[in-house]
Amino acid sequence: MENTENVYEHLSPMHMDVLRELGNIGAGNAATSLSAMLGMPVNMTLPVVNLVEFNNVADAVGGPENMIYGVLVSLEGEINGMIMFLLDKKFAHMIINILMGQHYESFDEMDEMALSAITEVGNILSGAYVNSIGDMTGLRIDLTPPAVNIDMAGALLSVPITQFGAVGDKVLFIEENFKSDTENVMSHMILFAEVDSLNLILQKLGLG
Amino acid sequence: MGQLVIGISDLKVARPPDTLITYALGSCVGICLLDAAAHVAGLSHIMLPDSKLSPNDKNIAKFADSAIPELVRQMEKLGANRARMKAKIAGGAQMFEVKGATTANAAWQVGQRNVASVKTALQVLHIPIIAQDILENYGRTVTFEPATGVMGVKALNRPVKNL
Repeated sequence: MENTENVYEHLSPMHMDVLRELGNIGAGNAATSLSAMLGMPVNMTLPVVNLVEFNNVADAVGGPENMIYGVLVSLEGEINGMIMFLLDKKFAHMIINILMGQHYESFDEMDEMALSAITEVGNILSGAYVNSIGDMTGLRIDLTPPAVNIDMAGALLSVPITQFGAVGDKVLFIEENFKSDTENVMSHMILFAEVDSLNLILQKLGLG
Repeated sequence: MGQLVIGISDLKVARPPDTLITYALGSCVGICLLDAAAHVAGLSHIMLPDSKLSPNDKNIAKFADSAIPELVRQMEKLGANRARMKAKIAGGAQMFEVKGATTANAAWQVGQRNVASVKTALQVLHIPIIAQDILENYGRTVTFEPATGVMGVKALNRPVKNL
């Protein structure tokens, strides 16, 4: 259905560049944490600021029915947002095997311990990301406790899309991909924020 | 015969032999309506419970309380009669739950509010719900066949349900 409302129309290309740089520094900090935890190099792609229709958000992570791990935290305090850490199964298994000294080959073998390890990794990475934003802007940002699920990418993403798509038919998010040098594995860190929170971040960075 | 895809915050009507599908419902709810006598069906994929909370939003297909009356209107334009309509609904999951949390995070629980609002909207229109696959914590892809009235629910690592 057609919707003419665009709550992001005031954002200029320069604003988008600043948000991209914010993602670059935040996710760079998170990638450093991940690399330290795994004891191996983790590469990060250039961040992308996406303003897309609801139906296209899941395209970035293999389509709506793609089975994927998701860890979600909410951002509270002076910012209202969410960070979702999405990992393909191969990356999730690699992390669990490294951190727990196990050899999981499939989802069926996942127990509560393995899932809580993934949850904690998502929590640490989100914390690293958010600390960077807090340092740059001086804003107080609190994280809610993390939660994990393994399901269709579209169903997992419906939670932030619903929260931040209440007006309009598009949602803005800042996305990064993490890759291993040696293994063909992929994960995504996606930051969603309310428009008012994006405006506040830009204002604190001198672009109000 | 075609398969019509209903996106997020979208609705469509169809006649046999066309079929309807919507992908990966999480906290969203899919509402399938059929007037079997008129051979007119519809599917709506709502995202939020209440349009009154977003007065500036013009997409009536996004909200349970505005999408369902619109779906009924569009079906009636094709000759359906709301007195004969039956509903089947799916979705409204809570995809994320913090283990052992004592306080609930309202933004993460929109699924159950969506289901409640869908049920109210259908009740107002006197349309009975004859099958449902709702809540829980997993995503669902929903198909609806106007020819048979069967709603198919597909979830990962679970058998397909034909309701």
